[in-house]
Amino acid sequence: MFRYANPAVFMRLSGVLLPWISGAAAIMLAVGLWLGFHVPPDYQQGMTVTIMFVHVPAAIVAEMAYGAIAIASLFSLVWRHPLADTAARAAAPLGAVFTALGLVTGSLWGRPMWGAYWVWDARLTSFLLLLFLYLGYIALWNAIEDEARAARAAAILALVGAVNLPIIKFSVDWWNTLHQGESIISGQIASIFLWPLLCMALGYVLLFASLWMVRIRTQIVNRRARSLMQRTA
Amino acid sequence: MSGPFVSLLMRDLKLAGRSGGSAALALAFFALVATLVPLGVGADLRLLARIAGGVLWVGAVLAALLSLDRLYQGDFDDGSLDVIALSPLSLEQVALAKLLAHWFSTGLPLTLLSPLLALLFGLPGPGTWALFLSLLIGTPAVSAVGAIGASLTLSLKRGGLILPLIILPLLAPAVIFGAGAVTAALDHLSNGALGLLSAFSLAAVLLSPFAAAACVRLNLAG
Amino acid sequence: MISSLTAEKLACVRGERRVFTDLVFRVAAGEALVVEGANGAGKTSLLRLIAGFLTPASGAIVLNTDKGAINDGEERGHYTGWLGHQDAIKPQLSVGEQLEFFARLYGVQGTVLPVLERVGIARQRELPCRYLSAGQKKRLGLARLLLSGRGLWLLDEPFAALDTAGRGLAADLMRSHCSAGGMVIAATHDPLGLGARVLRLEAA
Repeated sequence: MFRYANPAVFMRLSGVLLPWISGAAAIMLAVGLWLGFHVPPDYQQGMTVTIMFVHVPAAIVAEMAYGAIAIASLFSLVWRHPLADTAARAAAPLGAVFTALGLVTGSLWGRPMWGAYWVWDARLTSFLLLLFLYLGYIALWNAIEDEARAARAAAILALVGAVNLPIIKFSVDWWNTLHQGESIISGQIASIFLWPLLCMALGYVLLFASLWMVRIRTQIVNRRARSLMQRTA
Repeated sequence: MSGPFVSLLMRDLKLAGRSGGSAALALAFFALVATLVPLGVGADLRLLARIAGGVLWVGAVLAALLSLDRLYQGDFDDGSLDVIALSPLSLEQVALAKLLAHWFSTGLPLTLLSPLLALLFGLPGPGTWALFLSLLIGTPAVSAVGAIGASLTLSLKRGGLILPLIILPLLAPAVIFGAGAVTAALDHLSNGALGLLSAFSLAAVLLSPFAAAACVRLNLAG
Repeated sequence: MISSLTAEKLACVRGERRVFTDLVFRVAAGEALVVEGANGAGKTSLLRLIAGFLTPASGAIVLNTDKGAINDGEERGHYTGWLGHQDAIKPQLSVGEQLEFFARLYGVQGTVLPVLERVGIARQRELPCRYLSAGQKKRLGLARLLLSGRGLWLLDEPFAALDTAGRGLAADLMRSHCSAGGMVIAATHDPLGLGARVLRLEAA
C-alpha cells in the first residue's frame, strides 16, 4: 500500500499547484507576446525577428523535456520510483510537439532570410534528429505490451539517447562548419530582445510544466480506472 | 573467461556464415545501394565522387541494419539465450561477443567491399583509402549501437520496423565523421574526422555491452 | 558443491498478475523435488525464479554452498543446469557441434562422445540438428545437462516428447545426479519415479 502513497501525494500536490502554474504560464506568455510585438524592427530582419520569440523558447523546452525524460528514466532504473515511468512517458509527446514547433517556426523564420523553407543549419538539423529520438522513444513505449518491461526498455533508450545527444549536437555542429552552412542565430541578442525572450521562455517552461502535470494526472487516473475495471470483472 | 567467450564468438560466426549467409545479403544490399544512387542522380563522375563518402556510408549503415534484428532474436526464440545466460560468462561479456561476431560477419565484409564500390563512384585514391579506413573504424560503432537497438526490440512482434527508427538518429555522428573523413581526403585537408570517429567508436563499443546486457536481463524476465 | 536450496515466503508477480505468494520449501543435496500444478499455476515461473531469470516480488531464495549462502539470482544461475521446454538447439549446427559449443561455453574440457553415447544419440553426431526428432532433441538437452557439471538441475517438463526408453533414460540420469550429491527440481505432470517429494502450486 506504500506504493500507492506516491501517486496520491502527487495528485494532491499537483491539484493545488496546477491552477497557479497554468495561470502564471498564461500571464508570462501574454506579457512576452505583448513585449515581443512592441520591439523595434530589427535592421536586418524586420518584424520577422518576432518569430524568434516563438522559436527559441520552443527549442529550449524541447531540449529541457528530453533532459527531464532522461532524469526520470534514471530514477526509474536506479530507484524504481513508480511515478518516474509515468512522468517520462507523459513528457515525451509534449517534447516531440515542442520540437516540431521549433522546426516549423525555425523554417518560417528562415524563409524570409534565406528564401528557402529549410536550410541545413546546425540547430535545425540537430532538432530534426531530436524529433526522431522522441519518435523512437514513443514508438518503443507503444510497441512493448507489458507496461513494466516497456518502462524499463524506454528508460534505457532515453539514457542512451541522453548520452548520445551531446555527441550528436557536437557532430552536427562540426558537420555544419565543414560544409559552411548558414546559421539562423548569429551573434549577440540585443538586450531589447532579451526581455520578451525571457518572458516567453519562462512562459513556455511553465506551459510545459502544467501540461506535463495534466498528462501525469490523466495517466494516474487512467490506471486507477483500469484496475477498478479489472477487479469488478 | 577466454574459452567460453571465444566459443560463443565462434558459434555466432559459424551461424552467420551458414544461415543463408547474412554476410552475403549485407554485401549485396550495399552493392545495390551503390548501383541505385547513380541511377538516381546521373552518371557525372565528378558529382558521384563528391557524394560517394556520404552515399556509401549511409549504404553501409543500412546494410548492417539488415542482420541486426536477428542478433538476439534467434537465441531468444529457441531458448538458447537462457542457457547462455547461465554460463560462466556475464551478460556483458555475452553482449560483447555478439557485437564482435556481428562486426566480423557484417561490418568487416562491408568495409572490404567498399574500395570496389568506391570505384563505381570514381572516387580517387586518397578518398578510397579514407573511406576504407573510416568504415573500418566506424562499423564497430554501427554494430555497437545496433546491438543496443536489437536488445531493446527483442521479442517485439514488429520490432524490425522500430529498430531503424531507434538507432539511425544515434548513428548520425558516425555518418557525419565517416563521410567527413572522405571529404577531407578529397579536399586534401585534415579535419580530425577519423580521430573523432575513433573516439565515437571506442565509446560505443565500450558502453554498448552494458546497455545491451541490461536489455537482455529485462527480456529474460519477461 | 551445493548443500541445499531454500525458498522463504516467495512471491511471484508476472505483469499485473499475482502468480503465487508465501511459497516455502527446502531441497537438500541428493534430493529431488517435483513441482505440480495446473497450467498457469506458476511452475515455469518458479523454475525461472530459481534460475535467477526472474526476481521475486517478495521473499528470497537462498542457495547454500560450501562457499557460503548465495542470495543473488544471477550468481545462483552459475550453479544451475537448465532444461526448459525450449530446446536451445540451432538447426544449422550438427549434434556434435551443438554439444561441443555448450561444453566449451560452460568451460568443460574433453570430448563430448561419451555423453552422446550415454543419451543414445552418438550415431547422430554429424547430423544437422534440423533433422532430429523431438525425442532426439530432448536427449540432446539431457546431454547438455549432463555435460554442464552444474549441481542444481532445473527441468521443465523433462518427459515431454520422450518415448518410454527416453523416459527411462531421463529418470535414470536424474537418479544418478541425485546420488552423486546433485539436486533436481522438475516441473512435470508425470511422476518421476524417483521417490521425490511433491510441491503442489495452486493458482492464486
